[in-house]
Amino acid sequence: MNGISDEEVQHIAALSALKLSEEELKSMKKHLSSVLEYFKTLDGVDVSDVPPTAHILPFVNVLRSDEPGESTPTDELMRNAPESDGGAYIVPRLVE
Amino acid sequence: MDILDLSLCELSAAIKAKKISSLEATEACLKRIEKTKGLNNFITVCEEEAIKLSKRADAVISSGGEINPLLGVPIAVKDNILTKNIRSTCASKMLENFIPPYDATAVAKLISAGAVLLGKTNMDEFAMGSTNEFSAFGAAHNALDFTRVPGGSSGGSASAVAAKQTFGALGSDTGGSIRQPAAYNGVVGFKPTYSAVSRYGLVAFASSLDQIGPITRSVDDALVLCKAIFGKDVRDGTSADVSLPDELSGDVKGKVIGIADEFTEGLGEKEREAFFDAADALKKQGAKIKRVSIKSFEAALAVYYVLSSAEASSNLARFDGVKYGRRAESYTDISDLYEKTRTEFLGDEVKRRIMIGNYVLSSGYYDAYYVKALAARTVIKREYDEALSSCDALLCPTAPSVAPKIGSEPDPAKVYLSDVYTVPVNIAGLPAATVPFGHIDGMPLGVQVIGKAYSDGDVLSVAKAVERARG
Repeated sequence: MNGISDEEVQHIAALSALKLSEEELKSMKKHLSSVLEYFKTLDGVDVSDVPPTAHILPFVNVLRSDEPGESTPTDELMRNAPESDGGAYIVPRLVE
Repeated sequence: MDILDLSLCELSAAIKAKKISSLEATEACLKRIEKTKGLNNFITVCEEEAIKLSKRADAVISSGGEINPLLGVPIAVKDNILTKNIRSTCASKMLENFIPPYDATAVAKLISAGAVLLGKTNMDEFAMGSTNEFSAFGAAHNALDFTRVPGGSSGGSASAVAAKQTFGALGSDTGGSIRQPAAYNGVVGFKPTYSAVSRYGLVAFASSLDQIGPITRSVDDALVLCKAIFGKDVRDGTSADVSLPDELSGDVKGKVIGIADEFTEGLGEKEREAFFDAADALKKQGAKIKRVSIKSFEAALAVYYVLSSAEASSNLARFDGVKYGRRAESYTDISDLYEKTRTEFLGDEVKRRIMIGNYVLSSGYYDAYYVKALAARTVIKREYDEALSSCDALLCPTAPSVAPKIGSEPDPAKVYLSDVYTVPVNIAGLPAATVPFGHIDGMPLGVQVIGKAYSDGDVLSVAKAVERARG
């Protein structure tokens, strides 16, 4: 049940844009450790010379004709925004 | 006669023959939902909208227009499948106020076939879970035993069908989320071949595994829903046309049904007995049973949790408090806004999956976990294809046990084990149906029929033979 450090858990939390409390850090560490331990069953599969499959379909470059269709009205799309001026999302200033 | 005792097909025939109106059927469902609301199967009930749609269906019937089998039939839809102007929450606090501006293609197809949308069903948050206990709206309950879980993640849909709150429901299945809850509630669930149903408007969990499908009280009912929702869609580049028969013969005479030794090695005695009873029932109907082997079976669950979590960590990055969903009240800058929003409004299990996903995709671990799991996926797919090359279908248990009691498993990693029989099917992109067969302690078990890619009709036909044997 070792293998993952507090620092690693914090690093992954930062990559995930999540903040963990002390208690959450502890339980997350325990969970990740046990799942990573379980992932060792992958070692039982011989994958030498086996190509990866990201997607089971043989589709390549699925194209459609370039014809303008009807768009969803902007105000309907913006209706769900937590903060907007009707045409743009409002976020904290990114560049000074 | 109680309307609610009818199957979807029987109701459809009665509506067509003008013996029952859509309004009567819809009101019966709404009353049933209200009376059994303690099951917590619905996050949103669309009472007014449903009545309106049922009256519209009745008007079409009395005008003598063309009658689709789904015309006037009440249906429920899982809450991660978008419905225009009807709240779609994915059972997450993040989306508790989200009102989609468009319908998912599967929903649009149901509506255009004349189905009546009753409401949106409970689920594990963002479809991540196997018990429904990870819903931000409280757990749904098993329709057959209030103290047990309905399964997950489409637990609300399965329990609603079993509790006769609806004549059928849509669920989504990434690693068993249609089949396992269907088995736990003693109903039929079908995960179509990957690509058969457009994923447009299905909130993405793991895009290479997710698939929408039906949960119903009979196999014929499942076919009716499939015929409505199948089809290539320009809005989903991974969708394809998959053909279906007009009806299912249920004839298995001369068919070769494969059973892998690995499917039954971990089963308990009673579960094993019930499973082989189902195999015997097919044999009695003229099928040949053949032993096959899926050597990589044991690794499938690890492959699934690596790949599904990796895809989820990427897909759920969109919930950042900017474009839709909730936003934290106070923040200092944009990073703080992202972090506070996600920390406050995503649930614990969703956070765990995102963390696992980002771990296996992170520098230093990418090859050891992610790429390795992708290669193991190839091996699993090849082994299933190989087994199916000499069989018409495979027979496999749906879950290792009957529905467990609510709150009985505190370790989330152990709960993952309940998906062991369902995840390989998603990894290989195959169609699979679950049919109830056998009981333990009064609770139903399910048996799974797995077929070749694009042989959805054949899978349903074999499932019908299992259903017939159950009586």
